[in-house]
Amino acid sequence: MIATALTDLWHGFGVALEPHNLWWCFVGVLVGNMVGVLPGMGPLATISILLPLTFGMKPVGAILMLAGVMYGAQYGGAICSILLNLPCHPPHAVTCLDGFPMTKQGRGGVALGLTVFASFVGASWGITEMIFLSPLLVRAALQFGPAEVCSLMLLGLLAGSTLARGSPLKGVAMTVLGLFLGSVGTDLETGSERYTFGLTELDDGIELIALALGLFGIAEFMSSVNQIAPINTKYTNVSLKDMRPSKADFKRAFFPMWRGTIVGSLCSLIPGTGPTIASFVAYATEKKVSKHPELFGTGLIEGVVCPEASTHSSVQGDFIPTMSLGIPGDAVMALLLGALMIQGIVPGPQLISQHPDIFWGLVASFWIGNILLVLLNVPLIGIWCKMLAIPYKFLYPSALFFVCIGVYAANNDFFQVGEVVVIGAFGYILLRLGYHPAPILLGFVLGPRFEENFRRAMLIARGDMTVFVTRPISAVFVAMCVILIGSQIYFRMRGGKSVVPDVTEHGGAAPPPIAPKLTPQRVPVTPAE
Amino acid sequence: MRRSSSLISTLVRKKDFYAGGLMILLGLGIALKGATYRTGTLMHMGPGFLPTALGVILILIGIAIGAAALAPSDGEHDESILPPSPQWWAWACILLSPVFFIVFGKYFGMAPGTFACVFIAALGDRTATWLSTIVLSTVVTVFGVSLFSYFLQVPMPIFTWGGGL
Repeated sequence: MIATALTDLWHGFGVALEPHNLWWCFVGVLVGNMVGVLPGMGPLATISILLPLTFGMKPVGAILMLAGVMYGAQYGGAICSILLNLPCHPPHAVTCLDGFPMTKQGRGGVALGLTVFASFVGASWGITEMIFLSPLLVRAALQFGPAEVCSLMLLGLLAGSTLARGSPLKGVAMTVLGLFLGSVGTDLETGSERYTFGLTELDDGIELIALALGLFGIAEFMSSVNQIAPINTKYTNVSLKDMRPSKADFKRAFFPMWRGTIVGSLCSLIPGTGPTIASFVAYATEKKVSKHPELFGTGLIEGVVCPEASTHSSVQGDFIPTMSLGIPGDAVMALLLGALMIQGIVPGPQLISQHPDIFWGLVASFWIGNILLVLLNVPLIGIWCKMLAIPYKFLYPSALFFVCIGVYAANNDFFQVGEVVVIGAFGYILLRLGYHPAPILLGFVLGPRFEENFRRAMLIARGDMTVFVTRPISAVFVAMCVILIGSQIYFRMRGGKSVVPDVTEHGGAAPPPIAPKLTPQRVPVTPAE
Repeated sequence: MRRSSSLISTLVRKKDFYAGGLMILLGLGIALKGATYRTGTLMHMGPGFLPTALGVILILIGIAIGAAALAPSDGEHDESILPPSPQWWAWACILLSPVFFIVFGKYFGMAPGTFACVFIAALGDRTATWLSTIVLSTVVTVFGVSLFSYFLQVPMPIFTWGGGL
């Protein structure tokens, strides 16, 4: 078992080290890191902008690059939150709590240095988990019939929408809306058109890129335009020399780093809990474990490395259900899965056996990419810090151009650029009404497959709905769904706060009870979940 | 009578009231349109089955969200639908920018399309000046056209006249 995994991994390194794959991986992490540093741009928008450019590439290179953008942005986001107190990306909101006080004490460099190290540790753990857990999951998943796939998808969708952020009810509403949007276009089985309103351009359904760029590009620009305060560059002069931690710092950071890693990997095992939740849980745990919890928030290195390690280990862990079951845990994963589908690759348990080069190449590239990121972040820290000063007023018009040309290039069709405008305006209304649009993408990507499996399951069971509870594996998933809904109602009834603090309700920073020091600055909300 | 009018007046100030209402409207639209397609039976589902079901679910969720607005407000949340400082001008610029890209791109080519797109978008910023806007648009146009037209070979003429596409 372990031996086969290692042989496959060896093969994966062979794939990932091919010059063009290595190049695309490098481009991905570089762009990701850059975008992560820039306030106001998120990995979701970036991946969707880059998506059309990958159509001409081979699937392996494409997915390597897009995944690189994602974890690269995690590294970059830490810089932004530690040096500027701006949690540009939700998972880094807690890093601000102790990261920025450290910066004010002139120890920002140390925090950054140890963060890079902690991220690497967390990511490596997550990758190792992926290597050994995915084949196991696949073996189980190959036994699944349509009924099981259906209830598993239901579980994934429910978890993704209720655990993510904001009101669970609104999350479910967005998922349902996403499922519906996925059904627009020609019906796969009967060939009849649905909700096209006579527009032939909609026959193939709504374009994934147009949807993603509308919701995470245009809607986000609308909510952050003229709202971003000029950035205070007082603390952003960090040089390589400042980054080296002292032995004492390293010692203090060592165990929190591992605790964070473990917490993150546990979180990633629960479907739907993305890096944001992982980082909050890790911070809370660290505070509980600590001998001096009252010092948290004053610039403790533990409070920086623990959530960062956790974020990275959970991000890598999130790839496990995405790659082995074809069920994405959050919007970024849904987008990556969408990218694979555009390349003509069917996600699901058969992916690893049918396309071993993609799966193992991806795993190997994670390691290579993470090493590249450490190499990029340490010597180039000065450049990243300079990039923080790029004003938003130059950023968003350029990004808008990339949105337009990206959507156009997807099909060489202006109609889809129009789609983006409509979706963007609608997305902004949703944002203002307190909806987080990320679950829409989740539902959209899974929608067609959900419908297909549902129909098939019903056909096999001769229209008997009880099949979902009479087949044992499916019954387990359904039971988990019920527990999930039940616990949400229970917490609601008790009047307690939801399990997960609402991190980014309208760009607010972390919730007040944990973060009395954080000024409620308006920052762009970038739904990374 | 008195009570119901005060109920309505609290409702219309609640964000969730509108949030729920929007979902109910969407759900209604989806379900009604879906019902015009063939629904079929559970065993042999027609194209209308799932969308109609989704529409009904959306209506139910919408009612639940709207009902949550009945709960007394704790006064902490921002209940206004518009943000504290509405940016009508900037929003219009952002939404018009892709429209200009379509029109100029279609009739005059990639370079004019890019320029118009960035130009309009940049005007949305409160601190924008004519000079900074023109400089930014020019830089992005030069960079964008060389990247997408020469390097990535997106099939869109750099200059054209009258919509050759």
